[in-house]
Amino acid sequence: MDVFASVFEDNGLLVAFALIGALMLFSGWLSKTLTRGRLQGSAIAILLGLILAYWGGAVTGGEDGLADFAALSGLSLMGGAMLRDFAIVSTAYGVDLREIKRAGPAGALSILLGVLVSFAAGSVIAAAFGYTDAASMATIGAGAATYIVGPVTGTAVGASSEVIALSVAAGLVKSVVVMVGTPLIAPLIGLNNPKAAMAFGGLMGTTSGVAGGLAATDKRLVPYGAMTATFYTGVGCLLGPSLLYVTLRALVGG
Amino acid sequence: MVIYGVAALALCMLVGTLVGELLGVAVGVDANVGGVGFAMIMLVLVTSWLRSKGKFPAASEQGVLFWSAMYIPIVIAMASTQNVVKAVTGGPMAILAGLAALVAGGALVPVLTRIGKPAQPLAPLTAEEKQEA
Repeated sequence: MDVFASVFEDNGLLVAFALIGALMLFSGWLSKTLTRGRLQGSAIAILLGLILAYWGGAVTGGEDGLADFAALSGLSLMGGAMLRDFAIVSTAYGVDLREIKRAGPAGALSILLGVLVSFAAGSVIAAAFGYTDAASMATIGAGAATYIVGPVTGTAVGASSEVIALSVAAGLVKSVVVMVGTPLIAPLIGLNNPKAAMAFGGLMGTTSGVAGGLAATDKRLVPYGAMTATFYTGVGCLLGPSLLYVTLRALVGG
Repeated sequence: MVIYGVAALALCMLVGTLVGELLGVAVGVDANVGGVGFAMIMLVLVTSWLRSKGKFPAASEQGVLFWSAMYIPIVIAMASTQNVVKAVTGGPMAILAGLAALVAGGALVPVLTRIGKPAQPLAPLTAEEKQEA
């Protein structure tokens, strides 16, 4: 048994390749037999991945889902930021730059609007749950932008650590619901062309959410969505603790 | 050689990330501003320039296409390492805030796509492509 475990731990990345391959095979089979191909195999695989992440986190009490099992720690290398961004960049190969230029203004506007709308929605909900001071509202609103913007804003405006933790949770929820929800809402919002994908990436901003959501919808849209999403966290960190917080404080006082 | 494609991709990503970090420092935020986006644009420009000079043969191309094909498996691995427990146990407020951000943002997609020239939807995926994806 020890030999078994140590081989797995020493070859973590290979375990991850084999496991994800098996998971995709199973998801493809589910897609064909249960949904007759209507729900894409990759969408099912992402959903299963999230469910397994929940299970892993619940069993081990860790923060990295399935990767908290030592034998499966290679998943955090395979699915970590380095390889994820590397793969995202590679999807740009063969992209039509004219398409990006044409959608440029809408894409740029989508980032600003996306930060603004998430911030507003998040802070209104924070107020509805009794967090009515400007610092808490701003922090939770920023968390609804992404789980990086939340703590950055919270630290800057001096929010309590409880509120900062909530803002991280809000950001995590967003990235999970974007992964799961994108294929479902895609037909409703016309998410079937590069321009809409650029607007979507800028409006959502969560890189992991957009990366997963578009992969489950149509892989060809990924580079366009990722292109704008990558600016979002930076813009959010810029606006959250400054312009947005000051405006909010002027509105609600304190 | 395949490694040339992988190396070009890695170089674009490193330079893009560096530009994003420097931009973050320049505007005074503790985040990478657009690093991946810059890397993508660089990759498109560099590879199309190399291809036009005939210096990016099919073998080099394979080095990029391999990673592009690995994208979905990598995203699935990413999904399986998310802190889902914290997202689910964050309470109703965190869940509502995250959902509201998705709904409000999604509703604005049709509004934004109306700016400028209308876009054509991509051709539907064939059944085979769907399974491949």
